[in-house]
Amino acid sequence: MINKQLDKRQKIDRIFKTAANIVTWSSLVILAILLYHVSITGINMLSFEFLDNFPSRFPHKAGIKSALHGSVWMLVLVTIISVPIGVSSAIYLEEYGKKNRLTKFIEINIANLAGVPSIVYGILGLTMFVRFMQFDRSVLAGSFTMSLLILPVIIISSREAIRAVPNNIRLGAYAVGATKFQTIRHHVLPIATPGILTGVILSMSRAIGETAPLIMIGALTYVAFVPESVMDPFTTLPIQIFNWASRPQAAFHEVAAAGIIILLIVLLFMNALAIFFRNYANKKYDFN
Amino acid sequence: MNSLLKNKTNLTERIFEKIFAFSSYISILTTTLIIYILFTESYTFFSNIPITDFLFGTHWEPLLEPKSFGVLPLLFGTLMIVIGSAFICIPMGLIIAIYLSQYASKKTRRIIKPILEILAGIPTVVYGYFALTFITPILRTFIPSTEIFNAASGAIVVGIMILPMVASLCDDALRSVPKSLKEGGFALGTTSFEVIRGILVPSAFSGIMASFVLAISRAFGETMAVTLAAGATPRFTVNPLESIQTMTAYIVQVSLGDTPQGGIEYQTIFAVAALLFIVTLIMNLISNFIMNKYREVYD
Repeated sequence: MINKQLDKRQKIDRIFKTAANIVTWSSLVILAILLYHVSITGINMLSFEFLDNFPSRFPHKAGIKSALHGSVWMLVLVTIISVPIGVSSAIYLEEYGKKNRLTKFIEINIANLAGVPSIVYGILGLTMFVRFMQFDRSVLAGSFTMSLLILPVIIISSREAIRAVPNNIRLGAYAVGATKFQTIRHHVLPIATPGILTGVILSMSRAIGETAPLIMIGALTYVAFVPESVMDPFTTLPIQIFNWASRPQAAFHEVAAAGIIILLIVLLFMNALAIFFRNYANKKYDFN
Repeated sequence: MNSLLKNKTNLTERIFEKIFAFSSYISILTTTLIIYILFTESYTFFSNIPITDFLFGTHWEPLLEPKSFGVLPLLFGTLMIVIGSAFICIPMGLIIAIYLSQYASKKTRRIIKPILEILAGIPTVVYGYFALTFITPILRTFIPSTEIFNAASGAIVVGIMILPMVASLCDDALRSVPKSLKEGGFALGTTSFEVIRGILVPSAFSGIMASFVLAISRAFGETMAVTLAAGATPRFTVNPLESIQTMTAYIVQVSLGDTPQGGIEYQTIFAVAALLFIVTLIMNLISNFIMNKYREVYD
């Protein structure tokens, strides 16, 4: 009797384990199918000309030169704008902020900002930067919008990196007479830097792949020139991909797939860099 | 000590503290601006269109005559995507989390975790492309009546896209359950499945729920994948194989077109975005609330 019960219970356990195993590995299958589908469709379109041509009405002449340049311009500007602000606010919240209502409010606020749909940031950028500040549909307007979008992510990850710095480091610095800012500047920040960098790179890869807010602020989909100043109109890789993918002709879908391959390669490279910094941080500062 | 030097140091200290403090206020400024912009522009909209017509109207035709501004078709389209994607990401995410935290070897974890990270890092426009050129054709081979743009295909990719987030948050929740509870269960002679069902999942319940709420909020605000895959036909339908339009896709459609600024058509995007913002904000707050509550339990 008991044995029969036990058999049944163990059987349920085995069935569940197998099912969970299959579900878990299916995530690998999904990723593989996605990558395979994109590569097969786009590989024929990949060439040096593809990187060096401007968008075109003809699929075989279309390229991503302006999109690549636009993405790089935006990436650089976003870094310049968002990293100082993000790291500063992380420092404030971790090192200065007292446990009071204001700090608590800022924290909840940042957590919520991280969950605001990206398209809402697009509307903010459109009203604030494009129209009110009259940056027009420029790289600068796009970069400010994107910076606000990834700021919460940078703040949250930088805070984690700063929190991971052991307190004895701070106490040691105070003990030899360093002021609070000196302690942060010479001890906390250098140790937290690899961790901060990991977060920064990951949020940059989010900025590179975002499409909706830039469409909102009106980043052009047909740009046959390379931006030369921050006030120039621009397009980026994901916008170009969206443009090609939303056309009905199959030939443009191949071009879109080629664009996706390039985008994924860039993202993969950035992720590898982030993992490198994470391992570096773990090895160099192993406080446990 | 030289008092001049001391003063200078003190000044630096104060200046930098101010700079750091100011940076952290920027996030508050951002929220304030979002709320201000959405609500002032919506206010103009609602002074022309009664808010009840907007919230309860069943026809969304703001760009063509005769105009009508009932948001329900857009809301319905969005809900189809949300519910459809929830059917994929919630059970799969939870099961993956359970497998990773209970059954998986260290080696499996080391393979699966980065794969989930990569899936989470793929841009949404890529998922949109995947839905349009891979999932939709498959749906159409099995069910030929499927339209080129359809809700099902959009919901499937949105589900895949949110899956890593659910899996990772549920994994965190399951791992925060004290070991003693789990081992107490095993000591009574229960199987792994019984420990999971009877102890782990109930103990981590609030964390798991928080991740579900967050997932739904993400699906609500998802834009590019549904714009590409689900179409631009705002209509009341329960058939997932038909073309629909979500709130986000409508906003994109307007900003891609040449709708004149300042007109009533243009203001619709602020009204729709305000609705979107309120819904996601409420869900994020709920998720935050549940998450904080459960932290208190085991700290």
